[in-house]
Amino acid sequence: MPKLRELLVALGSRVTDRIWRLGFAARFLCMILVYSGQTFLRPQLLFREIWFSGVLSLIIIMVSGLFVGLVLGLQGYDTLQRYGSSEALGVLVALSLVRELGPVVAGLLFASRAGSAVTAEIGLMKATEQLKAMDMMAVNPMARVVAPRFWGGVIAMPLLAALFSMMGVFGGYLIGVVFIGVDEGAFWSQMQSSVDFREDVLNGIIKSFVFGIAVSLIAVFEGYDSIPTAEGVSRAITRTVVTSALAILALDFVLTSFMFRSL
Amino acid sequence: MPADNLVKISDLNFSYENRSILNGINMEFPRGKVVAIMGGSGCGKTTLLRLIGGQLRPSSGTVTVNGRVVHEMGHDELYGMRRRMGMLFQFGALFTDISVYDNVAFQIREHTDLSEELIHDLVMMKLNAVGLRGAHTLMPNELSGGMARRVALARAIALDPMLMMYDEPFTGLDPLSLGVIGQLIRKLNDALGATSLMVTHDIQESMLIVDYIYFMAEGRVVAQGTPDELRATKDPFVHQFLYAEADGPVPFHYPAGDYSADLLRVPARA
Repeated sequence: MPKLRELLVALGSRVTDRIWRLGFAARFLCMILVYSGQTFLRPQLLFREIWFSGVLSLIIIMVSGLFVGLVLGLQGYDTLQRYGSSEALGVLVALSLVRELGPVVAGLLFASRAGSAVTAEIGLMKATEQLKAMDMMAVNPMARVVAPRFWGGVIAMPLLAALFSMMGVFGGYLIGVVFIGVDEGAFWSQMQSSVDFREDVLNGIIKSFVFGIAVSLIAVFEGYDSIPTAEGVSRAITRTVVTSALAILALDFVLTSFMFRSL
Repeated sequence: MPADNLVKISDLNFSYENRSILNGINMEFPRGKVVAIMGGSGCGKTTLLRLIGGQLRPSSGTVTVNGRVVHEMGHDELYGMRRRMGMLFQFGALFTDISVYDNVAFQIREHTDLSEELIHDLVMMKLNAVGLRGAHTLMPNELSGGMARRVALARAIALDPMLMMYDEPFTGLDPLSLGVIGQLIRKLNDALGATSLMVTHDIQESMLIVDYIYFMAEGRVVAQGTPDELRATKDPFVHQFLYAEADGPVPFHYPAGDYSADLLRVPARA
């Protein structure tokens, strides 16, 4: 019996710890919003972070998008040709990417590439007392370090997701039209007639925007809240990647169920 | 000590998570002087600096800087005060993603609207004062420990502060760099007309440059005086600290039971 009690106490403590942490993260988001003014008044701070989070993630996002498109093209053609509708390959590739794979896979890649880098940078700044030094110089680290990185990620993420989808469609075209020989006119015209801007493209953009907020918040929060040691920063980076991945997948389900509730 | 104090600490107590760190501290830091706070590791010296800088709130008592109680200041007033303070951190805390030049220019760019030409002149003057004008293009990872500390010093004096705070400025330095930093602290204090407050373990170097010393142990001030007064004191704690004696009021051994009983005890097998 005492063992069971200890187990329940430990479980309860873990759950309440997570809830407290969620509360801290929410308060942290409010502080970011309060101190965001400087980010937009000094656009060079924002452009620098868009460069680091967005431009430097371009290679991994574009190459991954291309390969996902190539695989979608192969798999899609293999399935569709069994039913004699291989011309619908363009629709299949485009809808899969724009609605789901673009935002989700780009989000996961963004969390691994840019999110982890942001956590490491802020965590190491904390560990080497750079944030404290900044605060002692009457420069608020929330306004100077955290808010620009948060907004940089939020802005970069939808753009990266769009590029991912674009490269994926190009990959599907390469496999379907160039290598296999699906009719080019049918590939593009069916895609154009079946992909709805509001229903598909806009919803995909909304998803990637929400994922951008989630990943950027997790990345800056974990970095700022990390224990200022080598081990503490390494754990914070791991938490960023794991929590971001879970948040993206959970949010994707919630958003999809709202967006396509007519089904 | 004279009455015209830039910093005054009265009956200061500070606790962290029910653990008492500082108990009833009273200190005065007169304008224009270099004052050292000494004591063993964990006696609350760095906490004291953070209380003066307003990064922590006291449990009770007051810290007054330039006539204003620090913990009663609002955000804007506190930041206004910090603009007139400089702090040298233990390992420099340079911003590692920008050059030496940009590190020194950081505070000037953040707080003033000066032109880049003027900022350039100011940065070069500050770097020249610490002997590193020629290193302005280097990145922090290209500097030795002593050079990084000097750059951090140039950054701290960028806006000609009224109060300079040094957190263990001599830690990890070779004897040459240690002497250079010590002399710079004194010279810059006198040249800027500032007041300097130095937390340190380094007795010999500090005794050469400071005007007054406070000794702390277990969160209290246990001795104070000018370097000459402290050299002449019979106080066993000060004597042990000044002459680096292994045993004394601060015991060499962590509290333990009888030594022979421990040696004779047969440990249980793991």
